[in-house]
Amino acid sequence: MAMQFYTSPEQIMRDRAEFARKNISRGRNVVALSCADGVLMVAENVSSTLHKVHELYDRIGFLAVGKYNEFENLRSAGVRLADLRGYSYDRRDVTALGLAKAYAQTLGAMFPEQTKPLEVELCVTGVGAAPEADEFYRLTFDGSINDEPGYLAMGGDADRLKEVLAEGHDFAAPLADAFALALRALSSDGGNGTRRELTKDVLEIAVLERARPGRAFRRIEGLALDALLAQTESESDTDDGAAEGDATTDTDES
Amino acid sequence: MTGQGFPGKLPNAYMTAGTSSFSEFLSQVAPELLPGRRPLPPGDYAEISAHATTIVALRTADGVVMAGDRRATMGNYISSRDIEKVFPADGYSLVGIAGTAGLGLELVKLYQLELEHYEKIEGAPLTLNGKANRLATMLRGNLGIALQGLAVVPLFAGFDIDAATPAEAGRIYSYDVVGGIYAERDFDSIGSGSIFAKSSLKKRYRRGISTDEAVAAAVEALYDAADDDSATGGPDPTRDLYPVVMTATAEGSKRIDEAAVADVARAVIAARTENPYG
Repeated sequence: MAMQFYTSPEQIMRDRAEFARKNISRGRNVVALSCADGVLMVAENVSSTLHKVHELYDRIGFLAVGKYNEFENLRSAGVRLADLRGYSYDRRDVTALGLAKAYAQTLGAMFPEQTKPLEVELCVTGVGAAPEADEFYRLTFDGSINDEPGYLAMGGDADRLKEVLAEGHDFAAPLADAFALALRALSSDGGNGTRRELTKDVLEIAVLERARPGRAFRRIEGLALDALLAQTESESDTDDGAAEGDATTDTDES
Repeated sequence: MTGQGFPGKLPNAYMTAGTSSFSEFLSQVAPELLPGRRPLPPGDYAEISAHATTIVALRTADGVVMAGDRRATMGNYISSRDIEKVFPADGYSLVGIAGTAGLGLELVKLYQLELEHYEKIEGAPLTLNGKANRLATMLRGNLGIALQGLAVVPLFAGFDIDAATPAEAGRIYSYDVVGGIYAERDFDSIGSGSIFAKSSLKKRYRRGISTDEAVAAAVEALYDAADDDSATGGPDPTRDLYPVVMTATAEGSKRIDEAAVADVARAVIAARTENPYG
């Protein structure tokens, strides 16, 4: 006969949380921040096809770290919920907060019920009419929801990244400056103040453009990414050289 | 919303992998939102809703042009003078509707979302053929109500971004109420004035026509349709209402500026004032 051992609920929850936290912290980092041109989302991602940054709806983006199959499942659920709500009511009735709450409830309900907790951390972000109105909701594996105004970092070195972002964040900065800050944050996690070099092959970048009507989500890749990187490099070298490359980005510095 | 097994969680249909179709998802979670799933009592309901009329589409050297008149009718009276019946289906394709206006507009809204939903879930858009076939599948679900007089017939046209040259990229697909799908070689028209519009296009169309010429030919075809079909509205300078004209080319799908269409329509009217038979 199998022997049933008593384990306190507290112990079970603590074990699950530790399991989830440990596995999430192994992942690479993602950051999202608000700037004058919109919400910039940057992920360190070795794959160019298995994305961590996604579009949920017209003005709502989604970032995730952790186990791909799990957050992919949650992302599809979010797209379905958003599209159903927009179809039944109106496109403007789909809000980042509504989706974040649905995620919080889903994650919160699954955490105590399932033997293995989901090893994911999500962010639902919405671009507003002004930078100060941008929304960032961070959701953890147990259904906790945090409102983080202005900027957000997730992944193994989230705390360190957040310090860098807190120092440099400016709502009024143009996209190129915000990108430089995001890059600085992502490359600072080598420990002891050392900096890693991040090439464009391991960067996944997207922006929710404030001024764009309809679907505001745009991936920055190819020539647009080259131009953005060139702009960032020329600034960090304090050269006055105009950004070379194709001017396909919408980063006008006026 | 309550999920099986985990109260408070989104229902399982939201978490199911393997489907990228919004209408399939809808059939699981909210079937009442699908037009074909609403049971009607026996009878013919052709007269309870407004009818949308004529749409024309032409292949051009750069892609396709689609245009629609602005009239909707209920029996012998005009229920709308400014209805719009041509829409961008997505970034590279257009859809126009004829038949029961209310259901047609609903079908277009659902179809636009179907394409967008697929693109968001899969991370890439459907091919042009895939989009055309998807529209046929959605029409098949409406067959029951179509037989009760609430038929909707769409016209689909788009720019195939996978085509070798722009001249081959324009494609037009027509449909029938049972969901039959027919690829058209040069041009097509649907709706009550379609016979007259097609006759007009027969005389004006030639292969490799430029977009500007195609816009003029489309507006003239609608003029001819309005000339002989009471349910098709002609250009209306007194109210400043002109056909809706859209293009799908390598630059994407876009609506031709209303002022530009007004100029074309005025030119057609002026030419017909000189010579009433074109």
